[in-house]
Amino acid sequence: MDSDLKKKLLREMLFARRFEERCYEAYVERKIGGFLHLYSGEEACAHGVLEAARPGQDYVITSYRDHVHAIKCGMDPKVVMAELFAKETGCCKGLGGSMHIFGVEQRFMGGYALVGGPFPLAAGIAKGIQMKGGDEICICFLGDAANNQGTFHESLNMAKLWNLPVLYVCENNLYGIGTRIDRSTAVVDQYKRVSSYNIPSAQADGQDVEVVYEAAQKAVDHVRSGKGPYFLELMTYRYRGHSMSDSNAYREKKEERMWGGRDPIIMLRDSLIEAGETSAEKFKAMDAEILEEIENEVIRFAEESPEPSMDLLHKYVMTENDPYVKGGSK
Amino acid sequence: MAEIMFWEALQRAHDEEMARDPLVYCMGEDIGVAGGTYKATKGLYEKYGAERVIDTPISENGFTGLGIGSSFLGCRPIIEIMSVNFAWLAMDQLFNTAAKVHYMSGGQLMAPVVVRSPGGTAHMLGAQHSARMEKVFMGIAGLRVVTPSSPRQAYGLLKSAVRCNDPVFINEHEMMYNMKGDVPDEEYFLPLEGSEISRGGKDVTLFGYNVSVYWCQQAAEILSRNHNIDAEVVDLYCLSPLDREGIKRSVSKTHRAVIVEEAEPAVGVGAEVMAIINEDCFYELDAPPVRVSAENTPIPYNHKLERAAIPDIHNVVDAVLKMFGRT
Ligand SMILES: Cc1ncc(C[n+]2csc(CCOP(=O)(O)OP(=O)(O)O)c2C)c(N)n1
Ligand SMILES: [Mg+2]
Repeated sequence: MDSDLKKKLLREMLFARRFEERCYEAYVERKIGGFLHLYSGEEACAHGVLEAARPGQDYVITSYRDHVHAIKCGMDPKVVMAELFAKETGCCKGLGGSMHIFGVEQRFMGGYALVGGPFPLAAGIAKGIQMKGGDEICICFLGDAANNQGTFHESLNMAKLWNLPVLYVCENNLYGIGTRIDRSTAVVDQYKRVSSYNIPSAQADGQDVEVVYEAAQKAVDHVRSGKGPYFLELMTYRYRGHSMSDSNAYREKKEERMWGGRDPIIMLRDSLIEAGETSAEKFKAMDAEILEEIENEVIRFAEESPEPSMDLLHKYVMTENDPYVKGGSK
Repeated sequence: MAEIMFWEALQRAHDEEMARDPLVYCMGEDIGVAGGTYKATKGLYEKYGAERVIDTPISENGFTGLGIGSSFLGCRPIIEIMSVNFAWLAMDQLFNTAAKVHYMSGGQLMAPVVVRSPGGTAHMLGAQHSARMEKVFMGIAGLRVVTPSSPRQAYGLLKSAVRCNDPVFINEHEMMYNMKGDVPDEEYFLPLEGSEISRGGKDVTLFGYNVSVYWCQQAAEILSRNHNIDAEVVDLYCLSPLDREGIKRSVSKTHRAVIVEEAEPAVGVGAEVMAIINEDCFYELDAPPVRVSAENTPIPYNHKLERAAIPDIHNVVDAVLKMFGRT
């Protein structure tokens, strides 16, 4: 990975961190409602993988922990924040919320709140790609605990059976809410679980964006070249609780400290400083710039946007004016 | 106009839609090489190949979700779930994704999937193969539910369902696939909202859907022949949304309503039609509406008990006579 790319990723990941942490504050201020799941600590996963793919062209789908993936796919952070603020200018006009960010133009096919729900949807998107004949792929990011759903097994089986262009990325942060992986899952190494479907897989350090990027390049190449599905497990950690309503009391301080010492942003920053590509001062200046951008553009846009009009309540239950509802045009 | 069987009508609709649009495909258990449990996809595997006539693993939630995902890209899957009893397993994807994705994406995505599945009480299939599930599907905002009672409806509804941009659940009946009926030779589409008057009458409305339409029709014959009661039969072939206007129109004419359903009474079509009557045309009524429903039990295996668990023509006749104070 060249240093320009590293610098670009450093900025993007720092932006993601600041975006998420600002969401935390906005939630405390009650500007954001519902369930809010933050991605802090896991930034290298989405950034490393999507950098190796074609964001905006490849299809991406994920869980409720979705803001950062959406932005990396090319969605405007303002529009994402406005959605979190439940405003009409939000990507889903305030009908979706934090767990349901969608940016179909950027081929971000959405965040879904049912654990394991996107597994078959991703296989289906890949089926759609196959039928239409493009060289895009579908990338599905889900957590470790999702792999205990039946949809995991059903989807891997079908993806392999029909040779679908789908890359499953497991963001293994070791927990499903408050249950540590070894207490919920018989086989702790997730990449091993897919071998029963004859799907190639790998495990990589999810805190080092360079490592993620390289592992993802291999994975993406495999899928794009028509060889069928691939499963990439990234070992990572979330710094916040599962959601804002989580006490986060179930993790040992020692464990948190250990992962805190492997912060993907700090690690990347330090390697760039060491290589003489940036300095602590430059990093600070960049941080200040990002904070200002988030405050003056992103938050302001969300704050100043109007609430959705009341007629939106009924607008998208069914698609509008479909002629076949009335028995066709004939 | 030709007289064809219910399954043939479905097969023709599949075939025409697949021939027209390369993004229409069908999938389900044993629908391809084996030709389909009910033959609705007979011959299509040979014609369109394994990529568009897909034999799926036994993974109802998985392949339903896969179909939905493909529909995000403009594919139009026609998913056959072998029996509604197995459709329970696909409810997560149907309800949590298909019914909600257009809404929660602020109109960005559509899920134009068709899911067809037969339900009802067939012949001694036992409790786990005799569910009547339409009531569950029709309670979900964002999902259309239709239920054909004839080959003509089976064809016309499937044609519209494939082209419609909303997800549509087609509730078929195990016992109807070999039923014969007239189907026009030219292409046609039936509306996905509305109802049909299958027999005009002035004294009482019998509301039926799917198989119970026949119970209503035969009861109406008996009522007319033996009791001088002129019953109207309304076929509620669209269960969600129900045809409020049609219900109101008929009740305003006959002033009496009997709803006949093969399912258990609670939270069902009968309850819903009664609520609509109550809300929209209560003062038109000359008598309280009545439901003729199944017993509130799982379906037993023994044939006599099985028949006793679901309504028949005589239950309908009796309910009407009682309403007229003739018993
Ligand atoms: C079907 C379903 N069951 C339970 C939940 C509640 N729930 C939400 S997130 C979650 C844990 C998921 O953990 P994981 O897949 O590892 O993802 P992470 O949150 O760690 O990113 C649970 C149990 C849910 N949303 N959906
Ligand atoms: Mg997890």
